[in-house]
Amino acid sequence: MLAMNYRGPLRVRIDEKPMPRILHPEDAIVRVTRSCICGSDLHLYNGSVPDTRPGMTFGHEFTGVVVEIGGDVQKLKVGDHVLVPFNIACGRCVFCQQELYGNCHESNPQATAVGGIFGYSHTGGGHEGGQAEYVRVPYADVGPTVIPDDMDPDDAVLLTDVVPTGYQAAEMGGIQKGDTVVVFGAGPVGIMAARCAWLFGAGRVIVIDELDYRLDFVRRYAPCEAYNFRSMGDPVLFLKKATDWLGADVCIDAVGAEAAGNAMQTLLGRKLFMQGGSATALHWAINSVRKGGVLSIVGVYGPIGTLVPIGNVVNKGITIRANQASVKRLLPRLIEHVRSGVLRPRELITHRIPLEHVSDAYRIFSAKLNHCIKPVLIPPAK
Amino acid sequence: MNQTIKDPEAIPGWGIDANPSNDPAWPIKIRDGARVHSALWNRPPQQAATVEVLVSNEYPHLPAVTGVSSPPSGLSGMLRRWAFRYSESSYGHWLPLMLADRINAFEGIILDVIKGRPPHFMAELGWPAEWRYNRLNLVLRNLLRLVLLAAVIWGIVALCRRHA
Repeated sequence: MLAMNYRGPLRVRIDEKPMPRILHPEDAIVRVTRSCICGSDLHLYNGSVPDTRPGMTFGHEFTGVVVEIGGDVQKLKVGDHVLVPFNIACGRCVFCQQELYGNCHESNPQATAVGGIFGYSHTGGGHEGGQAEYVRVPYADVGPTVIPDDMDPDDAVLLTDVVPTGYQAAEMGGIQKGDTVVVFGAGPVGIMAARCAWLFGAGRVIVIDELDYRLDFVRRYAPCEAYNFRSMGDPVLFLKKATDWLGADVCIDAVGAEAAGNAMQTLLGRKLFMQGGSATALHWAINSVRKGGVLSIVGVYGPIGTLVPIGNVVNKGITIRANQASVKRLLPRLIEHVRSGVLRPRELITHRIPLEHVSDAYRIFSAKLNHCIKPVLIPPAK
Repeated sequence: MNQTIKDPEAIPGWGIDANPSNDPAWPIKIRDGARVHSALWNRPPQQAATVEVLVSNEYPHLPAVTGVSSPPSGLSGMLRRWAFRYSESSYGHWLPLMLADRINAFEGIILDVIKGRPPHFMAELGWPAEWRYNRLNLVLRNLLRLVLLAAVIWGIVALCRRHA
């Protein structure tokens, strides 16, 4: 079968790889119908996540048709068209029991901090990802969800990560009616977080980024205020002025390790890999939120130490909420929102690229070429 | 920077998930004694070992399901095995893994050459897409690299000649 093959920093290609096999009685094999490249895949692509081994296939946002099931699978049957949450979760460990499906203790041998994630390095469990024609899906009765007949497959594929992560970013902010919410990052997750902030009753939503085409998009899509930090000098000062000098009630970091805007953070985090990423957005978020406010983090960082102004967290009494999205927990509500038309995720998709052109797809997304917001890889038709 | 959205309540879906009790927000511990504290759950069946899987020393046992992608091999594999002697809290774990990743990429190039399929670097780097959408930048960036490389080579040659 054809599959994306990571070869080293910035190098990926399409290759023939062996078909996946059932290795556990609760496995399913899925023929992929759509697979996205996620902003967090770029951390792998850039070589900034430890234990990212050449030969791995990335891809944790995908939909597909079940072609084979293990002996213990009861809820799925061959032929079901499913969306597969990016978390691999057993559904019965102490963390899954608390609906912390992103923190499963039975799916990631290499790290205890995070549960298994499809195609997300060996720090994410060493599971092959969905940027391929076929993929093995462990715990098939827990995560995969049959796509409703009336749902557009493009909406479905974005329910595997982008929509739940954006929604949870807003939810973790504990947004109350009338709150001012600042979202750092106008990538797909930041855009969705801004849109979802309104669902929780935000009174004002502001998005900060450096790419004008993305700011234009989020201004229309969310809709919200959107500003380019390149044109404002000090973003923290700008946001203080915009909020009666008090700061925002809620700040959301939807950027993570690849943040631009500060030379020292870029050098230490993105060039020298001496910290778990460039924490520029997180730094601004800590300093822009009001005293006693809430900081919600969904941006992905590496596992080693990262420079942030932790003293200000203490002095301002900031509450920090953070986690990988618990997709399974959120899916029923989000499917409802998509079917009712409140959320229209497929509008984020700007590029449809054949799986065979995966190298170009990664370059287009990582270098933000051709006004790319969200690329979807389409495997060859079967 | 005046507020430009004058009537938030007119936005489709405004406030439909508003919840005054969502404070503190999720994730929040479920205060259900058995579920919160028990390290004993009905474990899934154990996946049979088909490849070498390295395990964090913060686990008492191997998780029931494991990935089977790219098992450790070669010099990078030796480094990875060594790294897993240290906990996830230690730089002794993560820094060797980063080094192993770089060595592994080099090993991959050698293996590709041995297999008679040398890597097509320009294609793997996605340069065709850059040529299509970002041509000037691609050309200037690589010209700069060439100039820097030439300067370094010229410097080394000049140094060698002086010492000779």
